[in-house]
Amino acid sequence: MKKLRILFNGILKENPIFVLVLGMCPTLGVTTSAFNGFGMGVATMFVLMLSNALISLLKNFIPDMVRIPAFIVVIATFVSIVDLLIQGFVPALGESLGLFIPLIVVNCIVLGRAEAFASKNGVLDSMLDGIGMGLGFTLSLTLIGSVREILGSGSIFGFQILPESTNILVFVLAPGAFIVLGFLMALIRHLQKTE
Amino acid sequence: MSKKESTLMNMLLALLVIATVAAAALAGVYLLTKDSIDKVQDDKEQQAMNNVLPNFNGKTKSVGVLLTAADKKAANPQLTDAKDDKDSVYVNLAYDQNGLFGAAVKTYTDKAFSGKFTIMVGFDQEGKILGTAVISASETPGLGDKIKSDWANQFKEKGWNPVEKPLSVNKDGGEVQAITAATISSRAFCDAVNRAAMAYQKVLNVEKPNQKGEEK
Amino acid sequence: MWSVVVALLPAFLVSVYYFGIPVIVLTLVSVGCCILFEWLIQHFMFKGKSTVGDGSAVITGLLVAFNVPANLPIWILILGDLVAIGIAKMAFGGLGKNLFNPAITARVFLLISFPVQMTTWPVPRTLAGVADAVTGPTPLGVIKEGVKNGGVVDSLMNSPVPLSNNTLMEHMPNNVDMLLGQMGGSFGEVSAIAILIGALYLLFKKVITWHIPVSFMLTAFVFAGIFWLVDPTQYANPFFHLVTGGMMLGACFMATDMVTSPTSPRGMLVFGAGCGLITMIIRLWGAYPEGVSFSILIMNALVPLIDKAFKPKTFAK
Repeated sequence: MKKLRILFNGILKENPIFVLVLGMCPTLGVTTSAFNGFGMGVATMFVLMLSNALISLLKNFIPDMVRIPAFIVVIATFVSIVDLLIQGFVPALGESLGLFIPLIVVNCIVLGRAEAFASKNGVLDSMLDGIGMGLGFTLSLTLIGSVREILGSGSIFGFQILPESTNILVFVLAPGAFIVLGFLMALIRHLQKTE
Repeated sequence: MSKKESTLMNMLLALLVIATVAAAALAGVYLLTKDSIDKVQDDKEQQAMNNVLPNFNGKTKSVGVLLTAADKKAANPQLTDAKDDKDSVYVNLAYDQNGLFGAAVKTYTDKAFSGKFTIMVGFDQEGKILGTAVISASETPGLGDKIKSDWANQFKEKGWNPVEKPLSVNKDGGEVQAITAATISSRAFCDAVNRAAMAYQKVLNVEKPNQKGEEK
Repeated sequence: MWSVVVALLPAFLVSVYYFGIPVIVLTLVSVGCCILFEWLIQHFMFKGKSTVGDGSAVITGLLVAFNVPANLPIWILILGDLVAIGIAKMAFGGLGKNLFNPAITARVFLLISFPVQMTTWPVPRTLAGVADAVTGPTPLGVIKEGVKNGGVVDSLMNSPVPLSNNTLMEHMPNNVDMLLGQMGGSFGEVSAIAILIGALYLLFKKVITWHIPVSFMLTAFVFAGIFWLVDPTQYANPFFHLVTGGMMLGACFMATDMVTSPTSPRGMLVFGAGCGLITMIIRLWGAYPEGVSFSILIMNALVPLIDKAFKPKTFAK
């Protein structure tokens, strides 16, 4: 039960985007379509899971005073690996995520979970936390991406469902990201309150 | 295992080990993905080349061309930025059994709405446009992004020859029908095409004597 | 509040004269939708007492409509009303709590979202002959594009302007035309005279004070004037900048919105000057030919700071 709670913690109760409000740069930057949001989420989840696991494993080996640089090196390594793999094997995704993949390094969620969870808990728990947080991140990004894609491009995961003349362009641009994020956050807070 | 003390030795050791392992892991993955990444890039350019040179079967030869400010002034008064001189345009001369077929020119513009975009333009011997393909661009989705759509077909369908006369959009008194509400991107596209034409012309002036291209 | 509605009447009547029936339809739909959206949100989400009767929704509806071209598809206008009431006003807590002017927010939202529809300007029928569907550029657009492509202001003012039906308008509207409103543009903003009459009425009724409109227009006038004096071939004269685009409507009716402007006279002067300056910077060097709405939005965001710097005397200790 406890393991499950760790896993699901990141999906709603401590959702990294709507509750913790971490990692806003990719949240606002890449969610121009559902697919981009999903891809970014999965890439981040992969990094989170592996970096959490490794950092938990190394937590006794790393002296306290150098833990931040050590964490960053670990995270940066995994991010570079993900970046290379995406470029090599999923080039279409690499093109649309572009600069944002390297930026996972400075995504506050990854370092935040390393510091707040992985450095204090066991390997399995840390991995579960990474997966849970990653899932929460992926779901949120996909949700924001879907809303923006439907309103802004009239499609969902690339399938056209509305004619081009009804596209509200602002939603694929930066201001639209803020508006969608704000309203979704309000909605989720409202739902949590009434529960 | 108890927590290591933060002594200088321990800290050095921990960071050294982590950094070494990380470097080794990265080197491994890099080697693993290198071929695949190169291939993706090559495929993309090959694909673009096939698109802009339809009905072509033969060999290509790539020539990097540096356009100087003088070239630009001579050919087209609209391209007078000296600052982008360091960027080369790549002219892929295409030869088939009959000699020079044309060229696929990888060109760019820095007049785009957001940053720079790279396109491939195919020319026949005389400089008539055979096709265009966008290699990379980050224009506004739904507006400038339309340079990737059917909009660009007008360049090959109208049989324009930018080597003879540089193209410009209708708002500037030219022939190219600009994308509605994205004149800047349309203008930038013309700029890239004109740049390609200039580079092609420059290469032709050098390559003319051995048009067969056999010894290449 | 209702005197603002009265003050907008002259501009409305002039627009009806120039652009015909669509103006009446768009205005009525916009006002109706704003009232409806405000009532719905208040009734179902705030569950509070209705404030629809205070007239602010009516004014927002009028101003949203006045800020669009007369040939705008009606569903886009309704979306604009939803943005004005739902996002710019009610999401902040309703009247008095909104940071940004609702009508301006809606206009900018629509301008970014529907750049094609929002910049396809019908030509007043008095200029285009009988056809209603003819569209053409605004004077600001003509000058901006022309100068960018190496034109000279004077000759641009006197050369023919191409219209959508492949005919040419003989020349740009002259000063009198522009003062009366005989030019392309959002339908409520074209006539400088009609808007000034409305503004004078508001001043007379003490609904607004002179500070914001005067400092707004004076700053723009002086700024445009300096550049015009330096190089009249590249910069249009300051009078042109005052009577074209949304300058009059923005300065008199939207920048003066008491909720989103500073409370002290000195703050108002700073606010108006900022609006005028940003408007001219966008008009002369920005990507858009018109900058009134952006400038008011930017200055709206600065209002809390301005209020802090210039506290009204009675409250300052």
